[in-house]
Amino acid sequence: MLASLIGYFGDFDLAEDATAEAFAAAAQRWPSDGVPDNPVGWLVTTARHRAIDRLRRDRVLAAKLRLLAASDRQLATGDSMDTTAIPDERLELIFMCCHPALAVEAQVALTLRAVGGLSTEEIARAFLVPPETMKRRLTRAKSKIKVAGIPFSVPSGSRLPERLGAVLAVVYLIFNEGYGDPDRPGLAAEAIRLGRVLAALLPAQPEVLGLLALMLLHDSRRDARFAGDEHGQDLVLLPDQDRSRWDWRQITEGRALLELALEPGGSGPYVIQAAIASLQAEERLDWPQIAVLYGALAERTGSPVVRLNRAVAVCEADGPAAALAIVDQVELPDYQYWHSTRAELLRRLGRRDEARAEYRRALDLARTAPERRFLERRIAEP
Amino acid sequence: MQYALLIYSRPGAAEGLSADEREAVHRTYMELKDVPGMVGGASLHPVETATTVRFVDDAVLITDGPFADTKEIFGGFYLLEADDLDRATEIAARIPAVRLGGSVEIRPVVTDEA
Repeated sequence: MLASLIGYFGDFDLAEDATAEAFAAAAQRWPSDGVPDNPVGWLVTTARHRAIDRLRRDRVLAAKLRLLAASDRQLATGDSMDTTAIPDERLELIFMCCHPALAVEAQVALTLRAVGGLSTEEIARAFLVPPETMKRRLTRAKSKIKVAGIPFSVPSGSRLPERLGAVLAVVYLIFNEGYGDPDRPGLAAEAIRLGRVLAALLPAQPEVLGLLALMLLHDSRRDARFAGDEHGQDLVLLPDQDRSRWDWRQITEGRALLELALEPGGSGPYVIQAAIASLQAEERLDWPQIAVLYGALAERTGSPVVRLNRAVAVCEADGPAAALAIVDQVELPDYQYWHSTRAELLRRLGRRDEARAEYRRALDLARTAPERRFLERRIAEP
Repeated sequence: MQYALLIYSRPGAAEGLSADEREAVHRTYMELKDVPGMVGGASLHPVETATTVRFVDDAVLITDGPFADTKEIFGGFYLLEADDLDRATEIAARIPAVRLGGSVEIRPVVTDEA
């Protein structure tokens, strides 16, 4: 509903205010007048009328008059009065929120606000910033959309893959923020919801299905990834996880989506990662196969983090010495997991002192409580 | 909407180019003047011809050279009328400086109606 209004008026704040007013009107009228046959249509029409009233009140602003003129034209043609056909413009909204001309953090906040429907306070809490900061971030972003003319549209053919990449990156970033931290599980669920919206709107895009599959497969292990009590949660590594606590319905759904993505020949980064996550849900892990997939992924993305992940698989397939050779070719001194992976390999090779030093470097960079506790325990080991 | 496409060039970007390549770059700059929606612009003489004016100690101070030493030099701009930012970036990406180590900054222009 918000999407359709933003598309209609080209103004984020106006659409938000009008939507709120329409809901308030509904709360007042529906109990006495009864719920209309088409509640959503009623709300959209009411919100549009409220917005137009507001635009009329703001006549002094010539820019808004321009919007009013456009709305009047559409009203005259009767297009807005059709309450049965409400165009689904969520996709336009998502592409606008994830436009590369906006800073990534603004893309994330806008997407959660406009598409996910989270309040500014909820987003601020999720990203651990003061509400005022988040409010400013959103205001700045909305203002840039308006002033710089960021379009409310789905990019055409040749631009779509690149712009879709930006959208998927935002959704995956939201997922990872929530997935890594047991105190913020809402974000992962929200990212999955966004992934479902995208999969419903763009069912022919393998990477869209791949991302949703990937998130579902990872998230299926959420209850098994941490163990502990009110004093804190500990990280449980994949081989030690209690498989009966995995969400098998979600795994089945993720695998079905993966099949759908592979069918038309999907082999993008999200599809490959989903394939890896699917293999990781097997009873006996096929580490050589996982290492091959990480190799393919590293080739496609050129990402040092992926090469690091490949090293972990190589360690299980061929032993820690082969893995350490790979890790040492990747230099990521500011990346916590580079140090913790190196540390783990050194530990397995019996090089205790070097391992402990690396665990300490990882600890300096660790952000979440379970990770810090895990690393502290490793350092304390004899 | 109106956009200013501010062109920043890498110093010496043209030096490595052959005569033919230079000719092609020049031709592209000329062609862009005829793109639908192009309403103005200017190409500036090299930065060696710049003069800077400041106010220091209650007096106007005139010095030779540009305001600041930067890695990229402002060399000119186009003024483009376009429906939205996507159209503006499409045109900006065709400006030769972009592929020669420079960049183009897109700024919406303040117009009377906004």
